[in-house]
Amino acid sequence: MTDRLPGFSTLAVHAGAQPDPTTGARATPIYQTTSFVFNDADHAASLFGLQAFGNIYTRIGNPTNAVLEERVAALEGGTAALAVASGHAAQLVVLQQLLRPGDEIIAARKLYGGSINQFTHAFKAFGWNVAWADPDEIESFERAVTPHTKAIFIESIANPAGSITDIEAIAAVARKAGVPLIVDNTLASPYLIKPIDHGADIVVHSLTKFLGGHGNSLGGIIVDAGTFDWSKDNKYPMLSEPRPEYHGIRIQETFGNFAFAIACRVLGLRDLGPALSPFNAFMILTGIETLPLRMQKHCDNAKAVAEFLSTHPAVSAVNYAGLPGDKYNALQRKYAPKGAGAVFTFSLKGGYDAGVNLVSNLKLFSHLANVGDTRSLVIHPASTTHSQLDDAAKVKSGAAPEVVRLSIGIEDKEDLIADLDQALRA
Amino acid sequence: MNHDAYDDNYIRSILNNVKSIAMVGASPVNVRPSFFAFKYLAQRGYDMIPVNPGHVGKALMGKPFVASLADIDRPIDMIDIFRNSSHIMPVVEEALKLSPLPKVIWMQLGARDDAAAEKAEAAGLKVVMNRCPKIEYGRLSSEISWMGVNSRTLSSKRAPIPTQGMRLSLNRTSFGGGQTAASDRAAKNKTETT
Repeated sequence: MTDRLPGFSTLAVHAGAQPDPTTGARATPIYQTTSFVFNDADHAASLFGLQAFGNIYTRIGNPTNAVLEERVAALEGGTAALAVASGHAAQLVVLQQLLRPGDEIIAARKLYGGSINQFTHAFKAFGWNVAWADPDEIESFERAVTPHTKAIFIESIANPAGSITDIEAIAAVARKAGVPLIVDNTLASPYLIKPIDHGADIVVHSLTKFLGGHGNSLGGIIVDAGTFDWSKDNKYPMLSEPRPEYHGIRIQETFGNFAFAIACRVLGLRDLGPALSPFNAFMILTGIETLPLRMQKHCDNAKAVAEFLSTHPAVSAVNYAGLPGDKYNALQRKYAPKGAGAVFTFSLKGGYDAGVNLVSNLKLFSHLANVGDTRSLVIHPASTTHSQLDDAAKVKSGAAPEVVRLSIGIEDKEDLIADLDQALRA
Repeated sequence: MNHDAYDDNYIRSILNNVKSIAMVGASPVNVRPSFFAFKYLAQRGYDMIPVNPGHVGKALMGKPFVASLADIDRPIDMIDIFRNSSHIMPVVEEALKLSPLPKVIWMQLGARDDAAAEKAEAAGLKVVMNRCPKIEYGRLSSEISWMGVNSRTLSSKRAPIPTQGMRLSLNRTSFGGGQTAASDRAAKNKTETT
């Protein structure tokens, strides 16, 4: 029998999961336990010494979480993954493996507002410096490279305006600089874009969004593409040097092409602590089973809503890469041909006040700070997620005062359009 | 044989059929990858023989070290080489003098010597390069999934209950050949540039 590659929907349902060995339970059980017994003293020592595969303590690994990890790794085409408590935790754990005080990361200026805050303030306090670059101008990434650069960070579909990033062009800059490319694939999900196919070395997600998909559970994940040589040039000592806490083991030498995921687990998660609850892992796994169905519906609805808004008299502009003529339409057709995602922005002729009014007049759209829910969501970034930025930074990150961001759900599109129409007229 | 991406069935048939494994470059130091792999494979029921001239007189998991392949007193199915790429050829040449011949030459993660592989294959041996038998065993049995690793296998059957020393089922449906596409390309690029 020749091996064949199952399709995306088959992986979304099956990858990582198997009927429970003791009970035969078909759904993945929630292993709501802190710890796991050892067979004997030697088994315990083998597990602690990273010599054996197995479970010790849920801060380091949990069987429910492991199913989620393998499933997302399979969907992204990575060698391994590590689930953590949130998308922010994923970013923290990734960068802790790569940066020492005084090191730098180059980040796309168009990022989720929370990431901009995390990079600008929290990471700065660790001595990790960020250089901002413009994903619409690839040369700005090249110019930002210094001897201290340790990674490049971008979003595949960028918050808040749903712009599409030229991943391959930025991957080429990263390769030339000898640093890994980290792609936040939250808004695309692997159903729309698989960044590893375009040169990403590490993929991170907020599982809270489209992967979980139901707005009920926080989670984050790190996927190791297995593509980066961590031992070259000794730039990444966490992976290439003997680890004193593990009796001198070198992580890359021991774990090969999934060494980064292991480092994130046994150095990052173990010491920093942002473990994912097994219950949340179960909820997110259940969500992932329907990811292909939901994501297509999200995209189809979003396109219909964007088309409606683009002809509305109260609207001055719509930024949706799925619209012909949009600045990012060519990149969308290359990277995300199945759809342009479901998060986008539009601008109101009435400015800041019209944005505030629209949000309060909507009856079906929920006003909240999340995206990627079954429900349609709306937010006025200038008065909420991006309110901590100054006006110039707001405009640069796509959150000008007249801009409203939508996350289109999987309701009937006619109802979403009707709700927007009544709110824009009110 | 495509040494950039092995079909899972190729690896599976090797791990299911070999019984004795001589590990060249086995280390008694318990933080070395060779020690981990030796111990793991011994616990899975393989007849392991540590080969390392620097440690003759000592034992690994109760198995005495031998200085060379020629010193082994019984037929060997597989030779697992824990040496750098530059030290592979002499081991393969020594292996090809054995009678009966071994069935498999396995070069450890990071080790690759295409000329040595060609020589062994010409003599009818199977060759695996740049892979770890511990990782492959764990992957094909799904045991490695506990570490969040993409086993690239699926199964709708009840998983075997893992206990100390048992051999896990290797009968899972694999998808795709060998490693993931991206990691294969990276390994190939590295081979070509070094």
